[in-house]
Amino acid sequence: MQNNTTTSENTGTHMNMLKVLTPFHVWALGVGIVLVGEFMGWNFSVAKGGAYGALIACWVIGLLYSCVAMIDSEVTSTVAAAGGQYTQAKHIVGPLMAFNVGLYLVMAYTMLEAADALIVGDLMVAMAGTFGHAGLDPKPFVVLTIAFLAWLNYRGVFTTLSLNFVITIIAFASILVLFIAVEPTNPGAVLQHEGLLTDLPYGWIGVVASLQFGMWYYLGIEGTCQAAEEVRSAGRAIPLGTMGGMMTLLIAATLTWYICTGLLPWQYLGQAFTPLYDAASILGSTKLQVLLFVATMFAAIASANGCINDAARAWFSMGRDSYMPTFFGAIHPKYRTPYRSIIFLVPIAVSFAFTGLLDQVITFSILSGLLGYTFMSLNVIKFRKMWPLGSIHRGYVHPFHPLPAYTLLALCSTTYFATFLGYGSSLLSILAFYIVASIWFTVRRYKFVKRGEQFTMSWPRPKGF
Amino acid sequence: MNIWDILSYAAWVGAALFLLWIVVDAIKVSMTYDEDLLMSSREGMDVLDPEQSKGNSHAK
Repeated sequence: MQNNTTTSENTGTHMNMLKVLTPFHVWALGVGIVLVGEFMGWNFSVAKGGAYGALIACWVIGLLYSCVAMIDSEVTSTVAAAGGQYTQAKHIVGPLMAFNVGLYLVMAYTMLEAADALIVGDLMVAMAGTFGHAGLDPKPFVVLTIAFLAWLNYRGVFTTLSLNFVITIIAFASILVLFIAVEPTNPGAVLQHEGLLTDLPYGWIGVVASLQFGMWYYLGIEGTCQAAEEVRSAGRAIPLGTMGGMMTLLIAATLTWYICTGLLPWQYLGQAFTPLYDAASILGSTKLQVLLFVATMFAAIASANGCINDAARAWFSMGRDSYMPTFFGAIHPKYRTPYRSIIFLVPIAVSFAFTGLLDQVITFSILSGLLGYTFMSLNVIKFRKMWPLGSIHRGYVHPFHPLPAYTLLALCSTTYFATFLGYGSSLLSILAFYIVASIWFTVRRYKFVKRGEQFTMSWPRPKGF
Repeated sequence: MNIWDILSYAAWVGAALFLLWIVVDAIKVSMTYDEDLLMSSREGMDVLDPEQSKGNSHAK
């Protein structure tokens, strides 16, 4: 140990994260993670349920995520700590659920990060192909994306999320520009909804099946909670950023559906890789094509960037409470980031990306998210019972409780069924993975958990305890 | 060797440099600072110690 070292035991100081973020950064974190889903992925719901089925999925899943955003905003406005839903579960339910929710978060974000990096690699391959160079290896660009964003995250949250804000705004603006370019006030001139929209091709069961891919429109907005320990005012910034982000996504999702279904037949749209870019290509404007290409790239980078931020904070929080090795609970003394967690997750993300199995990686990510939402509905019911309104300070109170919780539970159950229809074996194997992980935690890890020290919030004793 | 091959090599080199930088910095930090200090963060610091929490903020 050198001279400039100070110990917490000697000085009583704590190495905490910097409180530098605003509601705009929270918005950039949430929307940045999600917006790539508007540029690709959502359209697989068209293949399952047709164009109208995809619109129903867009709004039904929009309702699911609105419930998630409202519930998250209330609970996180009281628990100003990194870890998000993991920390919520720890305080409200107990260690086993907290462990599982933490693991869902880390897996969901790390796999989504890998998928985003794969998309960047695929876009580079497509660009090389356009310029006549076939067979470009995407791997160096995949690794560079993950390495650069890990470096950025390592060096501080303010710059990381400021960059996310800029590139997410550009990506969102590109959807607005495309919407204006298709002359929405003059139906039939560019958009051909009258000829392209058909009845439900596979009936209502197709609509249910499309719900799984409707999640692409919004998957990851709950990641705003991970910023709770770094915002200047959690009670204000988290609800504002999260709800503002959800409104942005509802607008972006609806515009995306409207543009694409008015330009592309549903049979093509349902299997397209980059539907918004394809829609821009049909218009014959090179400028629009370039804009949408750049926006797709930016959306994927913003998503990977936010995922690194969130996965590292979830892993860090679990380390801080000894749910995982405490080594990961360290904060960088200069940059004030969870630097060991950021480094640890890099090879894992690269490994997932090198599998090249985009479908499977995304499905695992979606299912991990879905498991988290399911428990969130139970969490909030217990939270309101243990700490009723007025017992602790809340920055935001979500309306109509318990209706959003029950709605969330019902919609999650329906989406499980939808997932089972398309990816039954994946669903069962993921459940098996989490059951095995839970057994490991109970038998081998729980003895290391700091059972008393992990509850640092100065809340009153819960009602009934 | 065309521009795309050069870009691929540049991407490998760039990735290696970014990763090397953070790994070297992490090792330096671990050797310089006391482990207790690095792992001393606590959740809910705003409530537990508002004065130190202000010190962690860039807000005016």
